[in-house]
Amino acid sequence: MQHVIVGAGPAGVVAAETLRKGDRNADIVLIGDEPEPPYSRMAIPYVLEGMIEQSGTYLRKTEGHYEGLGIQYRQGRAESVAAADGTLTLSGGETVSYDRLLIATGATPLSPPVPGLDLPGVHNCWTLEDCRGIAKLLNEDANVVLIGAGFIGCIILEALAKRCGNLTVVEMEDRMVSRMMDATAGGMLQRWCGAKNIRVLTSTRVAGIEAASGAGGDKAVVLDNGETIDAHLVVLAVGVAPNIGFLEGSGIKTDHGVLVDQHLESSAKGVFAAGDVAQGLDFSTGEYSVHAIQPTATEHGRIAALNMLGQNAHYKGSLNMNVLATVGLVSSSFGSWEGVAGGDSGVAVDEDGYKYLRLEFEGDHLVGALGIGLTDHVGVIRGLIQNETALGDWKERLQENPHRVMEAYVAHSQT
Amino acid sequence: MQKSLHIDPDKCTGCLQCELACSHVNEGVFNPAKSRIKVFNFHDQGRMVPYTCTQCDEAWCMQACPVDAITLDAETGAKVVSDALCVGCKVCTIACPFGTVNYNASTGKVIKCDLCGGDPECAKACPTAAITYVDANWTGLDRMRQWAAKTDAGAQAEA
Repeated sequence: MQHVIVGAGPAGVVAAETLRKGDRNADIVLIGDEPEPPYSRMAIPYVLEGMIEQSGTYLRKTEGHYEGLGIQYRQGRAESVAAADGTLTLSGGETVSYDRLLIATGATPLSPPVPGLDLPGVHNCWTLEDCRGIAKLLNEDANVVLIGAGFIGCIILEALAKRCGNLTVVEMEDRMVSRMMDATAGGMLQRWCGAKNIRVLTSTRVAGIEAASGAGGDKAVVLDNGETIDAHLVVLAVGVAPNIGFLEGSGIKTDHGVLVDQHLESSAKGVFAAGDVAQGLDFSTGEYSVHAIQPTATEHGRIAALNMLGQNAHYKGSLNMNVLATVGLVSSSFGSWEGVAGGDSGVAVDEDGYKYLRLEFEGDHLVGALGIGLTDHVGVIRGLIQNETALGDWKERLQENPHRVMEAYVAHSQT
Repeated sequence: MQKSLHIDPDKCTGCLQCELACSHVNEGVFNPAKSRIKVFNFHDQGRMVPYTCTQCDEAWCMQACPVDAITLDAETGAKVVSDALCVGCKVCTIACPFGTVNYNASTGKVIKCDLCGGDPECAKACPTAAITYVDANWTGLDRMRQWAAKTDAGAQAEA
């Protein structure tokens, strides 16, 4: 059996390892399109802040890991798929035959529609190559503008803030991390950044980036309010989109990402998709969504591989969740944190203490949560949501004091 | 023979010796807030429940770690965090549905029970044998395992 995996991120690597575990003899080819060992994009900010070397981002640390498992790791970029023939064509024209194909091609950063992105010193922060480019310009005298304060932007924000002289963040939405934060949480984050001398401009768009010759940097970021900010370095983090362009004409159904069923199989038999490129079942909504998060990527990778092995593994859907530290302030969100129609909530806000917990219920089940400043036992929120635990009289207690969530969990699991 | 922590809440008096022993041995401070085992006090029922990682087979934390910083100790079965490799991204803290991985802001790393390398201090410190370290096959792990299996239904394969 020839298994081909395109994309060497977490989903691809976990899939390759799962395939090997289940079949000692299969041919397993893992194709990545960057000249690096498989690595974690998530870890790039920690390289930028100097906590780890580039090798610290590698998904597997053991020398010879892939060779040792008989996984052929090679470089290549997918150009097209001929599902009827079972072939994948790489740029350069080489074709690779497969019995089972896993599409784990991840996502690519989006660009804001403004002029000046091609100026030197304007970078995405997505690949290790980007990381090296940013690191060259990052020093204690550097003026840095970060465009985008979404989830990825906020993770990068922490690393930039630690290493640069002056950081300005420009976000077009009315609050930070609008996809995982309500107004209370987003406002708290923004206040926190302000207290750390980081200027965060929300509801503000960048009109363009121009070459400049001032002492403040060789670039000027022009905002839609007319203000101009000098910068040595501009970092873009305005979002990402799944890499599905190479599937055009393949007949494989796509929407935002590759549409997959509960076996992570696409509309083409024998072709699977996993991770940031896959549009699979959302546990909370019952709809099909792209959840570009690490836990979903590894779960997708494992379950897709089990199905590639013919084991009929069924996926109950992924729970959207995130955890983030913004210059030290930890925030997390789970499932339907914005609440559901006819549901109830329990909220505790401590503006001065930068602490917030919002729990959302449907009936007596927890369905979503949003937290700031929580670092202990946060995982039980996932447990309670995923288990659809009937909270009974604990629901009322949690509405009174959401911070008793771990107690509620222990009460239900241990008594 | 692999061993595991066996917790019998009915024997717990809430003395918190386990929390002190854990934080002292692992973090060098007598500080229950830094303990990897936690005693929950249900005042209204007069009930104390010590709670920590069961070193579950699913190993959600280990699967979710993006930098290979959590590994399996083949001897004890513990899932162990490497401080040298952990970048403090906290993904494991939301991935673990049992809530047994915590983020330690003072070190910037996550902490979880590692069975103290096979000689758990909490069990040694417990004066009432509410926490014991015994052969895995005959501990009362069943209840935890059942709970694990139920949780498993959320996002694991039914293969």
